Amino acid sequence: MTDASINASSTPEREAGFGDYFALLKPRVMSLVVFTAFVGLVAAPVHVNPIVGFCAILFIAIGGGASGALNMWWDADIDMVMKRTKNRPIPLGRVDRVEALQIGMALSGLSVMMLALATNIFAGAFLAFTIFFYVVIYTIWLKRATPQNIVIGGAAGAFPPVIGWLAATGSMSIEPWLMFALTFLWTPPHFWALALFMRSDYDDAGVPMLTVTHGRRSTRRHILAYTVLLVVFAVGAAFSGIGGPIYLAVSVVLNALFLRGAWRIFRRDEVASEADNFKVERGFFKLSLLYLFLHFGAILMEAVLKPYGFGGWG
Amino acid sequence: MSWRPIHELHRRRLGRNLGVGLALGAFVVIVFGLSIAKTQRGEIQRPGVAVSQGGMGN
Repeated sequence: MTDASINASSTPEREAGFGDYFALLKPRVMSLVVFTAFVGLVAAPVHVNPIVGFCAILFIAIGGGASGALNMWWDADIDMVMKRTKNRPIPLGRVDRVEALQIGMALSGLSVMMLALATNIFAGAFLAFTIFFYVVIYTIWLKRATPQNIVIGGAAGAFPPVIGWLAATGSMSIEPWLMFALTFLWTPPHFWALALFMRSDYDDAGVPMLTVTHGRRSTRRHILAYTVLLVVFAVGAAFSGIGGPIYLAVSVVLNALFLRGAWRIFRRDEVASEADNFKVERGFFKLSLLYLFLHFGAILMEAVLKPYGFGGWG
Repeated sequence: MSWRPIHELHRRRLGRNLGVGLALGAFVVIVFGLSIAKTQRGEIQRPGVAVSQGGMGN
């Protein structure tokens, strides 16, 4: 681009900095991807070379970031409407939609290819499937079509520990799917609790949310149902290869608190919630953040302590 | 040598170019490190070694 064309067509607001491109990759979502994929990789019962392990996590993170860029490309229209997303690089006019598509596609290809080369073809293929699932099945197809969008999006977010495990072992077993179930079943109660106390602007954007399509009473029932299912899988995982006494203790305490929170949300009506400004729902949401972090933290502890004879069931 | 004052636009562009440059540099280092790790584990063999063992590659 010449100086003349800069002066004619660009304004400082429209020129992207490196941080704008980085923001396209949804760094906050990426941090969850990195953490859970790392736990999946470390919990696997094989030794992984530290450099190979680092590369695996890096390329899984880049794949997750690529999905984020492609999500922003497709959702640019609704991102402009919603308060929560209108400061993203595309609505701000810093990055062009086509540029986001190009970056997303390029990083998808790079991450899949490099993960396959660094670890094995199955991990690469599964990362490709995850990107496809998040972008095509969730973002393009179902996000605007069904109020169960949170459940489907949760599945996409739950794949990283499975990819981490695959990267380490090259084969599948029950344990990575228990980690998948943990994030997958945790996502709906987490987001629906948020939807109860945040007057969501998804409605303005035409995205169906359960609170709007089926009502708030039904959302409370859904939170309890998913929490009961989650408790079964979360505590059950304690008796698998990724569990152990530490995980069991952490899981029993957290699940008891989580179930209590879901039950209280179920029992409440809107009048009671409005009266204390959704105190129970807000508390449940905060607990949910700790819940996921501590469960994966406990799995990590079990795996790290295993070589010293402390982790696992011995 | 330019005597024009540096505009915010130029700063942002410089930051972007530096960021992309550093990312590419990091990528080269990562691929190099990965190659070393895989060679040491015997997953990748040097061509001379592969031929001397009667194989066309790995």
